[in-house]
Amino acid sequence: MVKKIYFQSIFFSFFFIKEAFAAESGGMPQLNPEFWVSQIFWLVLTFGIMYLVLSKLILPKISNNLESRKSQILENIEAAEKQREDSDAKLKEYDEIISKSKLEANSIFNQAREKALKDIGAKREVLDKQIDNEIAEAEKEIDALRKNAPDKINKIAIETSSELLQKLIGAEVNNSSISAIVDDLSKRNGDKYYGN
Amino acid sequence: MAANPMSQFDVYRIGPEIKVGAFDISFTNASLFMILSTVSILLIFNLGSKKNSILPNKIQLLAELSYTFVSKMISDTAGSKAKPYFAFIFSLFMFVLFCNMFGMIPYTFTVTSHIIVTFVLAAFIFIGVTVIGFIKHGFGYLKLFVPSGVPAVLLPLIVVIEIISYLSRPISLSVRLFANMMAGHTMMKVFGGFVISLGIVGGWLPLSFSVALTGLEILVAFLQAYVFAILTCIYLNDALNLHH
Repeated sequence: MVKKIYFQSIFFSFFFIKEAFAAESGGMPQLNPEFWVSQIFWLVLTFGIMYLVLSKLILPKISNNLESRKSQILENIEAAEKQREDSDAKLKEYDEIISKSKLEANSIFNQAREKALKDIGAKREVLDKQIDNEIAEAEKEIDALRKNAPDKINKIAIETSSELLQKLIGAEVNNSSISAIVDDLSKRNGDKYYGN
Repeated sequence: MAANPMSQFDVYRIGPEIKVGAFDISFTNASLFMILSTVSILLIFNLGSKKNSILPNKIQLLAELSYTFVSKMISDTAGSKAKPYFAFIFSLFMFVLFCNMFGMIPYTFTVTSHIIVTFVLAAFIFIGVTVIGFIKHGFGYLKLFVPSGVPAVLLPLIVVIEIISYLSRPISLSVRLFANMMAGHTMMKVFGGFVISLGIVGGWLPLSFSVALTGLEILVAFLQAYVFAILTCIYLNDALNLHH
């Protein structure tokens, strides 16, 4: 109910307002030619000045700014791309260097190992030869000693027995006879002393 | 005066009467708002073009966005041949836009709500476009009135219609802007008057309408400036690139 009255009052008030406006209205001021010339004059003046200033001073500056920004951004992008390419190339170079040096290190290691093995082999051979030689020499010496031993022993035996006899019987005995006896004895007992 | 919705369009003298010969060129409120609009435009775009930083500040961004907006509008509708007329269309768009927007501030005067102002602009555009068309194409420009692919029987009728539509361009262009601005402002004034006359009880409804209308009118203010500029571009396109 209150709503209805509210809207009715709004609706009726339109009529009153229309009447109130109708009393005052004097047509459209736009169609009054009193100030037309003034408006045209000021429009041409202000618009003309604005057009001149905009077209001669301001718009070229704005277009310059836009152009320079565009070119600068393009330049920066180009520079960035170039730097990226450079870094890519350098990365590749770095990888190559690393793999190359790895290979080199491997080959150096292998060479060193081979060389060491060779050295060891050569030294061992030399040493083996030396040892063999020494052994052979020692064996020869031993053989010589062994060969000479009975003669020396015989000699010692002859001399000792001649000296012994001299001290025992006080007479000098002929060495040749003693040696004959010793020879005979050693031949007989040689196998007992040198059991080879 | 305040109750009459048309009184906001009254032009009155500010200062003394200036007369040149028989013509009255006194400084009026219309002149004041023309000067305000142009000075604001020049100020904003001067500030926006002063510094050239890679990362633009707000006012530079505003200037550059407006520049690219109008430049794109022209190249889309009139092609690359319209480049020499960029400054004029830019000025036109900005002038109409600022006059419309200044009119949205309470107690201001809307320059573009006067038929004489919009008609002078439209007539200048019409004459300029026609001159450009004749310079570019000579008498071949008259082919604009003879569309291709029309049967010979219909041709006389079509040519008459084309000529009438061409001649009515300045009228339609100027009346569209003027009527839109006047109607919008009158409507706002009427609704504002309702708020007062209905008082605290019934005034809320027209007040809400008024608020909504304000938003709509700001949209219309931009849209009409855009339409004015884009129609200029289309007329220019006809003159530069004769399609018929």
